[in-house]
Amino acid sequence: MRNKFLFRISVLVLAILFVTPLLADNHESILDKVKNRGKLVCGVHGGLPGFGFLGEDGKWSGFDADFGRAIAAAVLGDPSKVEFVPLNAAERFTALQTGEIDVLIRNTTWTLSRDAELSTDFAPPTFYDGQGFMVPKSLNIESITELAGASIGVTAGSTTELNLTDTMRSLGLEFNSISYADIDTLYNSYDAGRVDVVTSDKSQLVARRKDLKNPDDHVILDATISKEPLGPLTIHGDNEWNDAVSWVVYATFFAEEHNITQENVKTFKTENPEIKRFLGESGEMGKKLGLPKDWAKQIIISVGNYGEIFERHLTPIGLPRGVNKPWTQGGLLYSMPFR
Amino acid sequence: MENLTFTQEVKPPDTKKGPVKWLKDNLFNTWYNTILSCLALVFLFFVFRGVLTWVFTQANWEVIPANLQILSIGPYPLEQIWRVSYVIYGLAVLLGLSAGIWDGLTRQITVAIGCLGAIILLLPFEISVREQTLIATVILAVSFAIGRNKHNWKRWVVVGWVLSFPWTMMMLHGFGGDTISTTLWGGLLLTLILAAVGIVACFPLGVLLALGRRSQLPAIRWVSTVYIETVRGVPLIAILFMGNVLLPIFMSGDFQLDKVIRAMIALTLFSAAYMAENVRGGLQAIPSGQVEAAQAVGLTYPKAILFIVLPQALRAVIPAIVGQFISLFKDTSLVSIIGLLDLLGIGRSVLGNTDWTGLQTEVFLFVGLIYFIFTYAMSHVSQQIEADLGVGKY
Repeated sequence: MRNKFLFRISVLVLAILFVTPLLADNHESILDKVKNRGKLVCGVHGGLPGFGFLGEDGKWSGFDADFGRAIAAAVLGDPSKVEFVPLNAAERFTALQTGEIDVLIRNTTWTLSRDAELSTDFAPPTFYDGQGFMVPKSLNIESITELAGASIGVTAGSTTELNLTDTMRSLGLEFNSISYADIDTLYNSYDAGRVDVVTSDKSQLVARRKDLKNPDDHVILDATISKEPLGPLTIHGDNEWNDAVSWVVYATFFAEEHNITQENVKTFKTENPEIKRFLGESGEMGKKLGLPKDWAKQIIISVGNYGEIFERHLTPIGLPRGVNKPWTQGGLLYSMPFR
Repeated sequence: MENLTFTQEVKPPDTKKGPVKWLKDNLFNTWYNTILSCLALVFLFFVFRGVLTWVFTQANWEVIPANLQILSIGPYPLEQIWRVSYVIYGLAVLLGLSAGIWDGLTRQITVAIGCLGAIILLLPFEISVREQTLIATVILAVSFAIGRNKHNWKRWVVVGWVLSFPWTMMMLHGFGGDTISTTLWGGLLLTLILAAVGIVACFPLGVLLALGRRSQLPAIRWVSTVYIETVRGVPLIAILFMGNVLLPIFMSGDFQLDKVIRAMIALTLFSAAYMAENVRGGLQAIPSGQVEAAQAVGLTYPKAILFIVLPQALRAVIPAIVGQFISLFKDTSLVSIIGLLDLLGIGRSVLGNTDWTGLQTEVFLFVGLIYFIFTYAMSHVSQQIEADLGVGKY
């Protein structure tokens, strides 16, 4: 009798333990969580030149890190209220799905599979990268078609390897691909002349070129063989939060389009109604997003507009603006209207 | 009485000493050894010339002092650094007292650490670092002096050591509203914490598993055996990945185990399996007659194990246990792969800094040197323990 009772109780307890997590799945937006916590948790790369690395003072630095600060400035009014979590490529999506981080800004390419299958939503790309080739000037190569018969170094198991094979096959070119597990080994081998050509994302080629023995002896071909739009990610289904993150990105685009900079934003005088709405002087743009009235202004005060972020982190490593300039100048950065 | 006559004069043993004699005996005693020695010397000359030229003329060592702060504490906020200092002061008190009360090894360790403190004082570190080192060294010396006359404090010092761990954690993490998330722990600080937790926790767990595997009860024996064999059959990196990528998916809702704690658990569970086999080796060396004799004089089975078998068994396998600790210490560097910024992770992050890209050799050599210092110290301490316990002497 007593045993039966104990058995039923334990079954009940077990059942409750299993069901509770399902019931506890509440639908509070991450936006509210961040506000209540008073802190944003942002996933970044542990050490990628120009994009995310730990500075000498123990503070995270880089292009991606600054977008994390921009979100913190918009939501909490303070760019320092952000905690960065370094993540590797394998665990970045898990960290987002389990709520360990609020937003992932870690050089992640927007692809159909990731958007559809991974239960993640993308915000507008902050950087349009693409795969390219670096060759020694002495080879006098100017286009991909001249690469026939060359030995090409590539990192193993990456999409760059697949892109390379696809491109060369479609052009009907014979080539010799040599895979390296480690990035440093790849560039050391290239520098030592063990491979003729090296292929990777152009941002990486540029950043690595300056560490070669004679950077001026190497040239990056104009051709781009893949699309790598990199941007922030939020968890699938939290539209409120994804809207907020997306409009933070648009705000940095918008400010550059209208020459609003870190320096002049506080004293920016304008009769343009859209800019007035942007600065929070009229309309209720912030309220509609669930953000403070001066959210966009706070972003520009703390990290500046897109061009300023780019010049602070990516220009020093030698990256040209390329397509990463406002649409008004022929680039791909296009802010949706603040209306 | 018979008169003894010496028919043959025996020469006294050769007592000449000195480097020349040593060289003659060991390197140039036969013609082929002479050739081999010369070849080795030429080889060493070229290796050392290459290495030393690189170290002193080509390497860019600026990267180390510039990043010393993050290499030692990672992104830990500088305005909270007093927490780390207080932990060090606390450990200095305990170590000083122990050295005063117990002679021998603890005293040697204390003297070594005191010397290290003095060296840091003389090096051109920042004033605040030297100030804190001075305080810690003084605390160490004072508590050593106090400990010498307080032999009845033994019990309290042991309690202090036991409490030092939760105290360290509480100090570093903070309590109440103002806490410092473990994502901000990094560098050598994180490496040492992971290693200390792993070493302290895997030892009792390993002993229990070893006893379990030799248990008379089939259930316990089977569970222990399956655990040990499963864990030993899986690489540590796989366990770390499972803890880091799969575990959070299983644990739904708001309750998420901290990333650092997950790494600690993975390291502990992994090392415990190896530790169990080391200890079991020692247990098997103890004849069963020992337990029987202990039970014959009226000790219960647990007491017989605790007071008769384990002390002998563990003493026999000190080298294997310390080897396991050293390998655990080095294994902590694998957490850099799951995105924790331990010493090696910080090294990688430094290389991501645009000011320092391309300096892999310098950074990794420095990180390797730090690992070497700690592992060599550990193995030296183990040799001392063996000497103190008279292991290997009969």
